[in-house]
Order: sequence, then structure tokens, then C-alpha cells
Amino acid sequence: MAEGEILTAPVIIEYPFTRTTGPVIGAFFTALREGFIVGIKGADGRVLVPPFEYDPNTSEDLSEIVEVGTAGEVLTWAWIAEPIEGQPLDRPFGWALIRLDGADTGLLHAVDTGGDPSRMATGMRVKVQWADERVGHINDIACFIPEEAS
Amino acid sequence: MTDIVLPARLKGVEMVQSIRTPARLDYEFTAGRANSRFLNELSDKRLTGQRCPSCSKVYIPPRGACPTCGVPTEEEVELADRGTVTTFCIVNVPFTGQKIDIPYVNALILLDNADLPIFHLIQEIPYSEVHMGMRVEAVWKPDAEIGPTLESIEYFRPSGEPDADPATYRDYV
Repeated sequence: MAEGEILTAPVIIEYPFTRTTGPVIGAFFTALREGFIVGIKGADGRVLVPPFEYDPNTSEDLSEIVEVGTAGEVLTWAWIAEPIEGQPLDRPFGWALIRLDGADTGLLHAVDTGGDPSRMATGMRVKVQWADERVGHINDIACFIPEEAS
Repeated sequence: MTDIVLPARLKGVEMVQSIRTPARLDYEFTAGRANSRFLNELSDKRLTGQRCPSCSKVYIPPRGACPTCGVPTEEEVELADRGTVTTFCIVNVPFTGQKIDIPYVNALILLDNADLPIFHLIQEIPYSEVHMGMRVEAVWKPDAEIGPTLESIEYFRPSGEPDADPATYRDYV
């Protein structure tokens, strides 16, 4: 053995999890598959998107699923200059909290500005870009794009 | 749970019951100097630990430092390929990627003169007969399959020696 030889080896750890969604989260993914977005009405009347099973303040069961818009406003964002495997886009994009029209909370998703960070801004309007094939998964939303691009 | 009130567009639609959320970590493991030496020695069928200059404990696999004393461990100690079962586990649960039929036994084996047990497979004995204090010896793979991995030892099997005195391993359980 050569003195000082440092060994390396590739490691891949993989778990094929399947998660049951329950009626509330299940409604959210079902709506995505059908091409629209839902949230849930909180105890204080605010609309939470994605829906919570329990009220974040009072912990009581929530039950009233409501449809919200497919466009909204960027509340805050972070630029991803070098996307990694498994992220929604393979070119630079923004992770953003997006408050959809009719909602009171932010949904985390990717915003595609064609790789241009100067087109990202807090308060900008974005709209959903659906995936070609929808199966009932968060990736049914391919990303959001600036509304001005329409 | 309260009944869920759905908007009209979701009524009569088949609901999503589950989602696939595979988790994956893909990275390069670097063994470091001490562990690389240990692994390379395994290619020559040698088990090499390191002794702490302060507390004299022998660690295998060595990490290059004593976790108790916080000092570098440089003295290499060659260990025999036999030892004592300190604790063990009968594996009865099937899982993806399992290489041998259940039930089988994994054990912590305290190699003679070592102060840290290693984890390995026990074979050539019914699983129900494996016990604490059992003396075992390594069964190495054929030379062509030996490499810088603890898998160069195929498994441990009973050595036929009498059980070890519990006093010799009680601090390592």
C-alpha cells in the first residue's frame, strides 16, 4: 500500500417512501391533478395554502377546503444560482413563497425567470405553469412564471 | 376527525390517497488517513487498530484519535481475526437490498485485545444458539474477492473455544 493513500467511495442511500396523504392533504394533491389549487379555511377565517390539517393557532381540526387562484404575489424569495438534481428546474431559478389570490399564506415553489435573477422581485406577480402530465403531486406545478410573460 | 367539506370541483373525483416521496443521498465518502490504512490492511487480511498513547485503549476501526482523551492515535496494533460476541441481533425483518435469507444474526464482536467491538455477521450456527460470550473466528472470502473493505471477512463463525468469562467483555456491551 502506498503510504498516505486515502480511500474514497461513492455512497448512495435511497429510501422509496410512500406517504399516505389523508383527506386534507389528499384534497390538495387531488386538486393539483385536476388542474387547480385549494387551501383550507383556518379558525380565524384566513385561507391557508397548502392546507393544514389542524389550525396553527388553536390546534382544532380544520375541514373547509376552498379553491384559490392559480396566480399570486411573491412574498419573499431566494435565488438558486446552481440548481442541484431533484430540484424543479435545471437552470437558475428562485425559490419563492407565493401568496395565491384568495390565500393568506405563502406556498413554497420555484419561479422561472429564464435564469435571470434581475426579473425576480418581492411583490411581483406570478402564475402557475402546469406540468405536462399531472399525477397528484407537488410537481404537478412545474413552476411559477412572471405574469408579465403572458 | 371532522368531516371534510370539499369545493364542488372536488366532489365525485377520485381522491389522491398517497404520494411517492423517495429520499436519496448521493455523495462521495472519504475514509481519512487512519481508516484508509485500516481498509488497505484488510486487503492483506490484516485487522489493524490503533492504541491511544494516553488511555491505552485499542480502537478498531481506528479514527486517528482517541474520542475519550482527544489525542492522536498513531501506534498501529495488529489484531487477531477472532474475538467474543458481546451483543447480537436476530434479524427477522425483510428489507430492500437484503443479501441473505432471514432470520440471520448480526453481532458486535470484540476482537481479542481490542477495546471497541466491530459489527459483523455470524454464520455456521443456528441463529437461536448465538449467545453473549460466544467465541468466534473470521471466515475470509476467497483471495480473489479480498479488498479494502470489512466485507473481505465473509462472516464470523464459532471457533469452538469455551465461552469467554463475562468479566472480559462486560465493559463493552
